[in-house]
Amino acid sequence: MLKIIDLHAKINEKEILKGINLEIKAGEVHAIMGPNGSGKSTLAAVLAGREIFNVTKGEIIFNGKNLLEMPPEDRARAGIFLGFQYPIEIPGVSMVSFMKTAVNEARKYKNLPPYSSSDFLKLMREKIALVEIDSKLTNRSVNEGFSGGEKKKNEIFQMAMLEPTLAILDETDSGLDIDALKIVSNGVNKLKNKDNATIIITHYQRLLDYIVPDFVHVLYNGKIVKSSGKELAFELEEKGYDWIKNEKL
Amino acid sequence: MPEVVEKKDIMSTYLKLFNENIDKISVASSPIINKFRNSAIQDFEKKDIPSKKNENYKYLDLKTAFDNKYNYYFNQSRIQVNLDEVFRCDVPEMDTESIILINGWYGDKINKLQKIEGKAIIGSLLEAAKQYPDLFEKYYSKSKNLEKESLVSLNTAFAADGIFFYVPDNVVLEKPIQIINLLISEEDTFAQPRNLFVIGKNSQAKIIICDHTLSASKFLSNSVLEVFQEENSVFDIYNLQNEHNGASKVASVFFNQNTKSKLLSNIITLHGGVVRNNVYVNIDGEHCESNLYGLYLSDKWQNVDNYTYISHNKPNCTSNQFYKGILDDASIGAFNGKIYVSRDAQKTSAYQANNNILLTNDAKINSKPQLEIYADDVKCSHGATSGQIDENALFYLRSRGISEKEARFLLLYAFTNEIIKEIKVEVLRDRINNLVDKRLRGELTRCNSCVINCC
Ligand SMILES: Nc1ncnc2c1ncn2[C@@H]1O[C@H](COP(=O)(O)OP(=O)(O)OP(=O)(O)O)[C@@H](O)[C@H]1O
Ligand SMILES: [Mg+2]
Repeated sequence: MLKIIDLHAKINEKEILKGINLEIKAGEVHAIMGPNGSGKSTLAAVLAGREIFNVTKGEIIFNGKNLLEMPPEDRARAGIFLGFQYPIEIPGVSMVSFMKTAVNEARKYKNLPPYSSSDFLKLMREKIALVEIDSKLTNRSVNEGFSGGEKKKNEIFQMAMLEPTLAILDETDSGLDIDALKIVSNGVNKLKNKDNATIIITHYQRLLDYIVPDFVHVLYNGKIVKSSGKELAFELEEKGYDWIKNEKL
Repeated sequence: MPEVVEKKDIMSTYLKLFNENIDKISVASSPIINKFRNSAIQDFEKKDIPSKKNENYKYLDLKTAFDNKYNYYFNQSRIQVNLDEVFRCDVPEMDTESIILINGWYGDKINKLQKIEGKAIIGSLLEAAKQYPDLFEKYYSKSKNLEKESLVSLNTAFAADGIFFYVPDNVVLEKPIQIINLLISEEDTFAQPRNLFVIGKNSQAKIIICDHTLSASKFLSNSVLEVFQEENSVFDIYNLQNEHNGASKVASVFFNQNTKSKLLSNIITLHGGVVRNNVYVNIDGEHCESNLYGLYLSDKWQNVDNYTYISHNKPNCTSNQFYKGILDDASIGAFNGKIYVSRDAQKTSAYQANNNILLTNDAKINSKPQLEIYADDVKCSHGATSGQIDENALFYLRSRGISEKEARFLLLYAFTNEIIKEIKVEVLRDRINNLVDKRLRGELTRCNSCVINCC
């Protein structure tokens, strides 16, 4: 589904991704861990099409398409979803008109007619129930005044609405209480199937108890320095990152 | 200095226009209006048309607007506008009678004054001066601060007609009243409507003024509105400015607030080549509230300039100003807001905010607060921002599959919402939302049910 080959990216002349290689198949869950500032969010943003990052080398192939040639909106319509580490507040844009526009643009891309208002509201209600988000939040402006945890739940709600093929969840677990963590993990698990895939960026092994990964990768200083099964997460939890750094040196 | 000579030339055109027509104007008018004319024209001559040298007009080009040969209607115009055919504005699902001004003259030649809900009076200013001389004389040209604007003197010198609106004491008008202010002529035309509104003690009213141009000629309009709010009155006024870009307008409004009165003014500028709004609020009683809002969306070479002057003369009053603008292409905007708090006006709260989005490097906004505060127990704040569209928000929307164009639109629309949501008349709010939507999408801002070409 996704193939990243020797990806290099810069911001302001500073190289942040220094040759990433990663392959993800349908049905898989990949966890990416790594110290602060190692480039995890940068990788996620580059996948989603953030233009402030300058890709200097490498390729990203997504379901046969050259992702790097596509603007962010086309990537989203083709099935990529980024759950933001820091979701943006957009005062004055209501959640309803935001999601309605997003869902209908995706339908247009697939040559489907837009949802009628009543069909759309029905879909909203279904997804609200699925991810157990407070329906009051969906009556407000996008993320405006949402608590940290509410913002994260709202990301999962949007993911449920858009049903992506590849979801990249950037620290969706940070700032969630135990109950919220279960709710969010449940949502992700319910949306999982054999045709889609998930990349989970996290610092905590705890999340991986709920969403069990097939692979765990360690991103360090712009490169994936170790890939293994889910047991790697336990090892990291126990020993931290130093041993990997040392192993590399 | 050749520029000065040239300017004197422009001025002499208007003095000549006055001298040649003063007899004709006076004969048709009322002595109450006539008695201000001579001193007004002298005042205008002394002060001149405001130029960029005037600190308060620094960013506005009025010279080009005034330097043109205009036709002037000294009588109620012969132009017949068949409203059923041309203008079927259904915003006022509120009141059946729409009040019309054509080139500054009251539109209805037969019913020059009409009753509203059986109690209030609305109609021709000239007719009101004749029919209700005592009432008229009590208020006409009595606003504070009139002398601050030379163009108000020009209006006073020529004043012929406009809208008179009177709500007696203890009358609450349920429905908003719409005034349609039309400019229509085959020739370039200069119009100077003069309006006078009085809202009696404990009374309440809402007015909507829609400014339109109905023909492609150049227009210059120099309007004056005086509003007197008696004790405990509530007045809401909305002005939708939608003239074509060959039109220039200076609209000066003077609010005079008495004790415990509440004012809401909201000026929405969608189109118009040169637009200058002067809003003067004179607070002359305690426990008053004044809310001034404004929204301007400009592009091409538009020049939109908002000036406010709030004078707090009595204690315990609150004023609140909130103006927002989106400027595209090479348009130039200005917001100049002055807050004056006199020594006696303790416990004044005065707030001012002006936020702008500039869509190009050529678009410019000049935002300048001016505070003059002589009382010590005062809460005052002001803030001005100008910036581009928030790139993080733009990316967030695009990452959900919303096209860049649509995402920009959503963000701009959201930006305008803070002003539009302050429109308390629901049908009008919906309509303006719709017009702003079209304006931001670059479509004609014509009301759906309106057959005329606004711009
Ligand atoms: N807009 C930017 N301008 C300059 N440097 C940036 C910018 N964005 C990211 N960086 C730098 O790139 C590096 C990688 O940042 P990134 O956010 O990808 O790290 P991360 O692995 O997600 O860290 P964390 O675990 O703290 O979320 C950091 O050194 C960061 O300071
Ligand atoms: Mg990060």
